[in-house]
Amino acid sequence: MTTTVPADRAAWDALIEHDRVHGSLYTDPAIFDAELERIWYRTWVFVGHESEVPEPNDYVVKSIGPQPIIMTRDKQGEIHLLLNRCTHRANLVCDAPKGNSSAFRCPYHGWTFSNTGKLLGYPFNSGYGGREKKSELGLGRVARVASYKGFVFGSFAEEGETLEEHLGAAADAIDRLVELSPSGEIELTAGWLQHEAKANWKMLVENETDGYHPQFVHSSIFTVADSKIGELYGEKSPAVCRDLGKGHTENDLRPAFRERDEPMSWFGTTADRLPDYVEHLEAARGKERAREIMIDGAPHVMIFPNLFIAEIQIFVIQPVAVDRTVQHVTAIQYKGEPQINRRMLQQTIGSVGPAGMLLADDTEMYERNQRGVHAKNPEWLVIARGTHRERLDEDGFTIGDATDEVPQRAIWRHYLELMEAGA
Amino acid sequence: MPEPIAATAEESVPEATDVQRVLVPGDGSGSYATGEAPLDLQLLHEVEQFLYREARLADEHEYDAWEALWADDGIYWVPANGDDTDPTTSMSVIFDNRSRIGLRIRQYHTGKRHSQIPPSALRRLISNVELLGTDPDDDQLLLVGANFLVYESRERGVVHWAGRYDYRLRRRGDSFEIVFKKVRIVGNDRPLHTLAFLI
Repeated sequence: MTTTVPADRAAWDALIEHDRVHGSLYTDPAIFDAELERIWYRTWVFVGHESEVPEPNDYVVKSIGPQPIIMTRDKQGEIHLLLNRCTHRANLVCDAPKGNSSAFRCPYHGWTFSNTGKLLGYPFNSGYGGREKKSELGLGRVARVASYKGFVFGSFAEEGETLEEHLGAAADAIDRLVELSPSGEIELTAGWLQHEAKANWKMLVENETDGYHPQFVHSSIFTVADSKIGELYGEKSPAVCRDLGKGHTENDLRPAFRERDEPMSWFGTTADRLPDYVEHLEAARGKERAREIMIDGAPHVMIFPNLFIAEIQIFVIQPVAVDRTVQHVTAIQYKGEPQINRRMLQQTIGSVGPAGMLLADDTEMYERNQRGVHAKNPEWLVIARGTHRERLDEDGFTIGDATDEVPQRAIWRHYLELMEAGA
Repeated sequence: MPEPIAATAEESVPEATDVQRVLVPGDGSGSYATGEAPLDLQLLHEVEQFLYREARLADEHEYDAWEALWADDGIYWVPANGDDTDPTTSMSVIFDNRSRIGLRIRQYHTGKRHSQIPPSALRRLISNVELLGTDPDDDQLLLVGANFLVYESRERGVVHWAGRYDYRLRRRGDSFEIVFKKVRIVGNDRPLHTLAFLI
């Protein structure tokens, strides 16, 4: 195992091969620190959703990796991502998880900042003799903030590719997701479960679009719920996995749902059980298009490095330490659709989080992987599945069979690019 | 994968009617708590013995015997992000109606509930048991509160879970059945480790 960050491209190449990766990438604290600098503090990272701060002066506490962030909406409606750190003595200026306020007052010495980050003032100001530069003492900011259809991303890099360039083909997943909502908008208003895993963050990222594990890790719930999910991730499944570029990956289940040709089958139900939703979707999109949308269902896409759109849930992956990761998860809600929202929420509660009938078992796997990866021999993890049958789809994306490891290879190829760029 | 619970178990999605009962205040308002009635020591003893029995069955993974304690209209709720959220609009750690409790138990019995293979080694202490009167809408429902501390050990390490139970219990023969159990975990607004055992 290495104990230092690889010094150059050759050293990185020695850890990340086409079809296997070295175990130290999950265990070495120096590599974790380098990831923070080269990935988490450089690329676009998902922070929150505009619906979490719907009103002027709303705020919510968020994170980018271990960095404490306040997402605010100012009185003009603009979203800001501020560092939750007083510029005086580094105290946390905001201690509520969310709320509505135009200003944050540090409890330590009373320095007060507007929700745009500007320093408004501090007590006993004669103590600075009029020589301080208030304009330079505003809250730290995430350098760039951008939204795509309500999803707010931040980048600590002053310059670099735009959010649209970063999302690339993965933007289509967000388009597909919001199209399922008759209003064209989703809301993340149910609050987040925080589920901690004693595992490296990449174990989670790689698992999100791993179509190989469901029949093994989740067979217990598939069996007792008499679910048809398992067959979507089987040898005979027409579903595919796809490398969307930039480390973004997906399990595309549409081929399987199109074979079924049953509206709302993707949601494990039938259209007649959701009459309000169907009526609204048909009114908004037209009958024909609504039917296509209800057959294709919602995306299952991992947007690198931390946003997992899992059909009816959003997961946010937060690395805290080399062997500690928090998964934040909430139910997607379609704006103005209480009938389907109630079901999406209750199914989400049953499935995810610490006691979830799915995610408790995934998280058990992450933690067992993390224990195992410290073993001395072998030192490598194999990601070779389906290498011989990778192919290009009609749009030029690399795809594989439902259970192949095209996504894992795509994630690591992008990771290598980012880490080498900083070497 | 979000759908398996819906896939066929339509009945396992808690309905709005289930929820109304959840929102009735469950502690602090009863006759004993306000000192209006003398403490029924015999009843307190029976309730304590029932809670201890439930705790032992959960600790020892006696799933069927534990499930048998539930009423047909039982609700098992572990809120998140505070103790007084609305589970019809907010995320919870667990919000099971009776049907979903059954699904959870059947999942253990497959032998492939990996987050409980091997089962967590558990012991819990129940204390501060209080009789809090009866449900304002149904005087056959006893309101009971108790504190708990669970010591869990597994490969991951040791985790302590502390909190408060709020129960509504109904007489069943010479014992009780659980109509409602709310588990207010201390720190449910912060990251929690996997909680795959019966809490």
